[in-house]
Amino acid sequence: MEPASTSAGSEAAGSAESGTADRVDEESARNDAAAAEPPTAEKNFTTMSGKPIKARYGPDDLKGNPAEEIGEPGQYPFTRGPYESMYRGRNWTMRQFAGFGTVEETNERFHYLLEHGQTGLSTAFDMPTLMGYDSDHARSLGEVGREGVAVDTLDDMEILFGGIPLDRVSTSMTINAPAAMLLAFYVLVGERQGVPPEKLAGTIQTDILKEYIAQKEWCFPVEPAMRLVTDMVEYCTDNMPRWHPISISGYHIREAGATASQELAFTLKNGFTYVERAIDRGIDVDAFAPRLSFFFNAHIDFFEEIAKYRAARRIWARELKETYGAKKPESMRLRFHTHTAGVSLTAQQPLNNIVRTAIEALAGVLGGTQSLHTNSFDEALALPTEEAVRVALRTQQIIKEETGVTNTIDPLGGSYFVESLTDELEADAYDYFRRIDELGGMVEAVRQNFPQREIGDAAFTFQRELDEKERLIVGVNSHRHEEEEVPLLHIDPALEDKQIERLRKTREERSQADVDRALAELKKVAGAGGNLMYPIIGAARHRTTEGEMVSALQDVFGTYTETPVF
Amino acid sequence: MEASGSGGTTTGTSPAETAPEAEARWTATIGRKIRVVVAKPGLDGHDRGAKIIARALRDAGMEVIYTGLHQTPEQIAETAIQEDADAIGISILSGAHMTLVPKIVELLQAQGVDDVLLTVGGTIPTRDIDQLKSMGVDEVFTPGTGTDEIVEFIRNGVEGRSRSI
Repeated sequence: MEPASTSAGSEAAGSAESGTADRVDEESARNDAAAAEPPTAEKNFTTMSGKPIKARYGPDDLKGNPAEEIGEPGQYPFTRGPYESMYRGRNWTMRQFAGFGTVEETNERFHYLLEHGQTGLSTAFDMPTLMGYDSDHARSLGEVGREGVAVDTLDDMEILFGGIPLDRVSTSMTINAPAAMLLAFYVLVGERQGVPPEKLAGTIQTDILKEYIAQKEWCFPVEPAMRLVTDMVEYCTDNMPRWHPISISGYHIREAGATASQELAFTLKNGFTYVERAIDRGIDVDAFAPRLSFFFNAHIDFFEEIAKYRAARRIWARELKETYGAKKPESMRLRFHTHTAGVSLTAQQPLNNIVRTAIEALAGVLGGTQSLHTNSFDEALALPTEEAVRVALRTQQIIKEETGVTNTIDPLGGSYFVESLTDELEADAYDYFRRIDELGGMVEAVRQNFPQREIGDAAFTFQRELDEKERLIVGVNSHRHEEEEVPLLHIDPALEDKQIERLRKTREERSQADVDRALAELKKVAGAGGNLMYPIIGAARHRTTEGEMVSALQDVFGTYTETPVF
Repeated sequence: MEASGSGGTTTGTSPAETAPEAEARWTATIGRKIRVVVAKPGLDGHDRGAKIIARALRDAGMEVIYTGLHQTPEQIAETAIQEDADAIGISILSGAHMTLVPKIVELLQAQGVDDVLLTVGGTIPTRDIDQLKSMGVDEVFTPGTGTDEIVEFIRNGVEGRSRSI
């Protein structure tokens, strides 16, 4: 970044001298002044997370026995990638996150993406669905279909996946607190299509710990929520061998303001916590660990992100083997989805976001991702238009088909800098693990607001650096100019009424007696113990709504209120 | 307000007063700190911005009451009235701003509260900004706005009002 801004700076200074000062805005003039000064000893050469970076790296920067630490692709400790052949064998899945309005609009977008070469689906649900409220609930007013698609019942889910063969297309669903209800809907849509649960492939997020930490969409207190997660792991282990019951997510932690180290540490620690719960339930670690997957952010600091993915694989492999006694390599092998950083997009000069997204996507690919979502350039302003989504998908296709970066596996492996940064991020993560253990583990740390506070501090520091121009974002605090307008997607408010009307019809047509019985059974199992997935599927089959199931469980479990810290 | 994206630095106005100086002057004027309710209506959990603003306002010497997440318009109006707020900063990224913000304005007006400075921050499309302002929102801050700009707007706005009373 530095050399580039220096050369741009001197060019601009030259034109200022030749009398075209009016073309040089105040901002770049200020940058020029800064660029003209020789770098001082205090000048910050740091990663985005504030990690000091040296002018050069060499053999002395590699720790321990590099050959062992780095290893081979597809082999323990998987630093270089989870698979032996990586993208030579199979490309990453291009999976654009989509969902808005009602199920009809989103189904149409799904078909559009598949027709344009997308290879998997990823569903964004609206806020009421994420919080377990039906579309006709008072709290849902104005929110239905705004930030994702509204799904209340099995009927909605069936339309959402209409014309999509669930035995051939893998689906990811971003839903957490009420994940069990949406998984039940999906299983039943499969059943209606004649696809049994064992043939369904995909991922459901289910990562409730990061909800309390960062994303803040919850339905129940922490303990019963953890029970539901473990119920899902158990159900999927027994019934859905091609399904990932949890996508352990750093994405939202990072978006909330965490550094790369914090994203890495909190995400992995959440993962270990789920592993411990499942082992405590009596499930063999090698029966479920291969089906755990991860979901990381790809932020703009290119090398730090790549190092983060490599460190994540190595830590996960080591801990699964040494701490949790996994025997199968598949249990130790961390696979992940990448989503470019929403928070890195700017509302100013939105076309610049195409460039940011391309760089971030490349970091994900060079870091060895298994699937990738690329943001659309207009997403700092609204949900993306069809055109913006197509450019985002094309960005991935250009990386795959034109750049040649997939020709060799882990091309950055052995780079003194990348390996050293990988070691440093790993050390940071272990430092956090220790601090969390001292608090009594992740659930307790969350209750004490520890990760929340760490993230809040990092977010505030970053903002202060922006305000003081210690960090620059083009178009925001550097290189500003008058804004151009881009066309935006507008969600028709009438869609809310349409969804409410469909829900009303479902309630009218179904057998209320069946629903009441199913909800009573759900409450009984909630109180008495036993895997909740089965009564949830039972209730969903009778077209019980998501909100009714959540509300029934809240009668038994209670709700959650955060004590916010800032 | 079209300039909300390109605002940022605020050279040109009065030289920056330090937070303790501003606080002391204000406290001398009305006998207490500026009191701001930072509110999160809607179902979204995006609280990064709200918490950063809350902290920046506090560091600037204001008394900040942060409502926490998922508040109804009724809860927000109630908090503002109970706390005798000088300003309310609504942070919303759920897309429901055109439903929830007017509701908050309406509730405040119904209770006879017309002297509170009302700002909204979040992903608000340009075409909604004018409408929000015509309803009684004093300013809308969109992504990329610096915290200094927001602090200054609230301080000037609240001081301006107290002078006009």
